[in-house]
Amino acid sequence: MTPPLETRDLAIGYRRRGKSDIRLGHGLNLRLQRGKLVGLLGPNGIGKSTLLRTLAGLQKPLAGRVFLAGDEVLRLKPHELARRLSMVLTAVPPPNLMNGYALVALGRHPHTDWLGRMTREDHRKVAAALRAVNGKELAERPVAELSDGQRQKLLLARALAQESEIMLLDEPTAYLDLPRKIETIALLKQLAQSQQRAILVSTHDLDLALRNCDSLWLMSAAGITSGAPEDLVLDGSLSATFRADGICFDQHRGGFFLDPPSGQAVCVTGEGEQAIWLRRALIRAGFALDDGPGRIEVSPYKNGNGPAWKLRIDERVTLHHTIEAILKKLESPL
Amino acid sequence: MSQLADKQALSRATIRGDWKRARRPFTARGQRWLKPWAGVGGREFAGAKPLLLFALLALLALLLMLNLALGSASIPLEQIMTILLGGEADHLSWTNIVFKFRLPKTATAALAGMALGLSGLLMQTYFRNPLAEPFVLGVSSGASLGVALIVLTSGAVGGGLLAGLGLAGDLMLTAAAGAGAALTMTLVLLVAVRVQSSVTLLILGLMFGYFVGAMVSLLLYFALPERIQAYINWTFGSFSGVTTAQLPILAIFVFAGTLLSAALVKPLNALLLGEDYARSLGINLKRARIGIVLAIALLVSAVTAFCGPIAFIGIAVPHLSRGLLGSSDHRLLLPGTCLAGACVALCAAIIAELPGNNLVLPLNVVTAVLGAPVVMLVVLRHARGKS
Repeated sequence: MTPPLETRDLAIGYRRRGKSDIRLGHGLNLRLQRGKLVGLLGPNGIGKSTLLRTLAGLQKPLAGRVFLAGDEVLRLKPHELARRLSMVLTAVPPPNLMNGYALVALGRHPHTDWLGRMTREDHRKVAAALRAVNGKELAERPVAELSDGQRQKLLLARALAQESEIMLLDEPTAYLDLPRKIETIALLKQLAQSQQRAILVSTHDLDLALRNCDSLWLMSAAGITSGAPEDLVLDGSLSATFRADGICFDQHRGGFFLDPPSGQAVCVTGEGEQAIWLRRALIRAGFALDDGPGRIEVSPYKNGNGPAWKLRIDERVTLHHTIEAILKKLESPL
Repeated sequence: MSQLADKQALSRATIRGDWKRARRPFTARGQRWLKPWAGVGGREFAGAKPLLLFALLALLALLLMLNLALGSASIPLEQIMTILLGGEADHLSWTNIVFKFRLPKTATAALAGMALGLSGLLMQTYFRNPLAEPFVLGVSSGASLGVALIVLTSGAVGGGLLAGLGLAGDLMLTAAAGAGAALTMTLVLLVAVRVQSSVTLLILGLMFGYFVGAMVSLLLYFALPERIQAYINWTFGSFSGVTTAQLPILAIFVFAGTLLSAALVKPLNALLLGEDYARSLGINLKRARIGIVLAIALLVSAVTAFCGPIAFIGIAVPHLSRGLLGSSDHRLLLPGTCLAGACVALCAAIIAELPGNNLVLPLNVVTAVLGAPVVMLVVLRHARGKS
């Protein structure tokens, strides 16, 4: 069976007249599968949007070809292409006098007549798309009054109403709050599985992508590495892709953190909330943590009506009631 | 046998109370063709006021009658009706006034308003710029250059032009403006096919306008004062310059442009989301772009040639009809803009003639006074929206 989307020796980038081309990737042989959600990850400016635009036929490749179920994307008639592939773009279009329902209804364009008139069937599909994104209450609202996140939600519903096998989404979660981000990615995953769609989503939400995508495309200057998210973590590809000075990918914690600080070593004794938040504060302020016994030691205790800490520097012991006071004391010349 | 099976299926569907669906195969398509308004009751139009189109239509009829009735010579209304219906008026001169002056002027105003409003709507949608208007692409500048070349440099027909627009002079001016406008539009079309972004096209149009403006200034600098006066008269704008013989040409251009725009409603609606989204919705962008530029060319070049560069109607009318109809859907906006444009132009024509007075104001003065507040309102609303 031909894959819904496939590239052969694809090179992407921009042509410049009289100068050399800007190449953002070359020799790309990529493939999407029905029923799978693929995450596209990479640092800013590496060419994620360019790749998505090239796959969607919005932009000509520098070399190579893109096939949709065996047909070259640039040869498909526009409305035929729109029935097979839908997009959600990062840029939120400017407001106008549409209501939410009308915005989603635009997704039926490849299926309606020359005036864009909707049949009962079209209305049913628009309503279903709105339900899928939990956006029923947005239907009657003017788009101009909605937030960027709500508009992005409607644009996603519009792509759903387009009923294409392939969906390409360029940072659809960028304007959303965390619960909405999780909701969106979960929806995409469920759509891929239940309707056998092939979905490619670019995102900067690493953790969400690691937890939900069936596979990842890691885009770096060297090219695109693809594989199951966990494999890419274990073989170090993920940390190599996002490598930057002072930041490292923590394989245990599954996220990016600043390099361990190199300040003075402080030993925090004990466990519990007070110890945990004190450690975080010390890391934030640039102190290193050690297991002591060292020059500086802090031990939390309860002082009747609230938390308190006992701070020992060499032999001198002081008592503090807030973390702020401890940091102030530590930062003052000893 | 098969006929019987068909009948049985039909009656089964009818029994289920589903006879509409049972009949659909041979009626639905034809009916929808004949009813472009089908589906306007859908939820995508919630909040819009499509019925206001009928109010605009009534207003248009009223303004048409007012334009025919008002003028320096006072003719009773029932006499005008008699003349229009082909009857004999009490005075022969009245028939002449109505057929040779008022009817062409009224028709020209309605057609010009329709054309300018419509081209403004096309440009505002295509450039996604609320301040885009027909003259931004440089069409009127092209027309002005044509007129300036004729009026300011010609020696042969100079006398006729200076004497104040005889028929030959009129035709010359019209041809020159049309040629200038068509040339500009061809240039813009050539660029539009190659240039990707609408912003680039907008800036190119502006720059072209400045360039042509400089050429006109140069011509003005070296021209004789009387000829400058003739050119300036044209730039004032007027609906009265079109003769009964020229009217069909204007009408054909305007109707062709309107039909072309009507065929573009779907791409225009998709373009509300920007060019990338329009393409991802299956719009053939190259074809839509050429269609839009061609429609603007048809609408603007004829009007500018016949009436002069009329300002503000193109920019104000689309905002007016959007506000009235409460919708961005071009299925409503297109007829709405045509009607509102005709109404505004007819209003301007009445005001310019200052009823009860022999004085005639320059048309552009009136349109500016009517249109500038609308533009200011739009700018202020935008500024507020951003802060």
